[in-house]
Amino acid sequence: MNARYTEFHPRWHRPRMPVFWWAGRRSYLIFVIRELSSVFVAWSVVFLLLLVHAVSQGGTQYQQFLNLSSNPWMLALNVIALAFLVFHAITWFNLAPQAMVVHLRGRRVPRSAITGAHYAGWALLSALAAWLILG
Amino acid sequence: MAKRRAEPLVWLLFTSGGLAAALLLPVLLVLFGLVFPAGWVPAPAQAHLLSLARNPLTRVVLLGLCVLALFHWAHRFRYTLYDGLQLKHLSKLIIVGCYGGALVGSALAGYLLLAGL
Repeated sequence: MNARYTEFHPRWHRPRMPVFWWAGRRSYLIFVIRELSSVFVAWSVVFLLLLVHAVSQGGTQYQQFLNLSSNPWMLALNVIALAFLVFHAITWFNLAPQAMVVHLRGRRVPRSAITGAHYAGWALLSALAAWLILG
Repeated sequence: MAKRRAEPLVWLLFTSGGLAAALLLPVLLVLFGLVFPAGWVPAPAQAHLLSLARNPLTRVVLLGLCVLALFHWAHRFRYTLYDGLQLKHLSKLIIVGCYGGALVGSALAGYLLLAGL
């Protein structure tokens, strides 16, 4: 008998889980989709840095970036990324009242007010960014 | 011990990154990933974007967004690999890959936004 201690695999006490344990139930699937949204957050940062680099290099490189972004594959990737980003934003804002318990004059600020403030900030910042970019 | 002490810091980066990404990334991706490429609205001129990006406030906001969002990815993706794919036994490799990737990306963002513009 191998009595070696393995930190994360106490094999004798726990049955092995299938790798796709999260595929069977809706709530598990939503959990994994929410976790996977982080990959698209990272992709948007990469895309944003490509844009910044192109803009800094001049008009030709900027035009190349625009051509790249209108490539059907790139467009499809960005539409998928956008869906994940919006999913991330909505789940993040809806969970905010659970992470932030705000008290004002001794009374707890209602959960709906905290969620509402996040959505209002989202709308405001999006409008500001669009206004600045569209000039 | 070192890992335990780092946990609150990466958690803080994770939450602020999640908030920054949720607030700012959708509008940027809507515009540059969909609206301009699809031709619904003509893309802004390069000169306009350059002057906008060179504004010190824009640089700071974009750099903060990039760094925090990358660490948000690193932390969340680390646990996606642990739980989703049950790779907790590769913990060291995953930690180096995730946070190391975020560090490299942050350095690149810093170079592009502070020195490259």
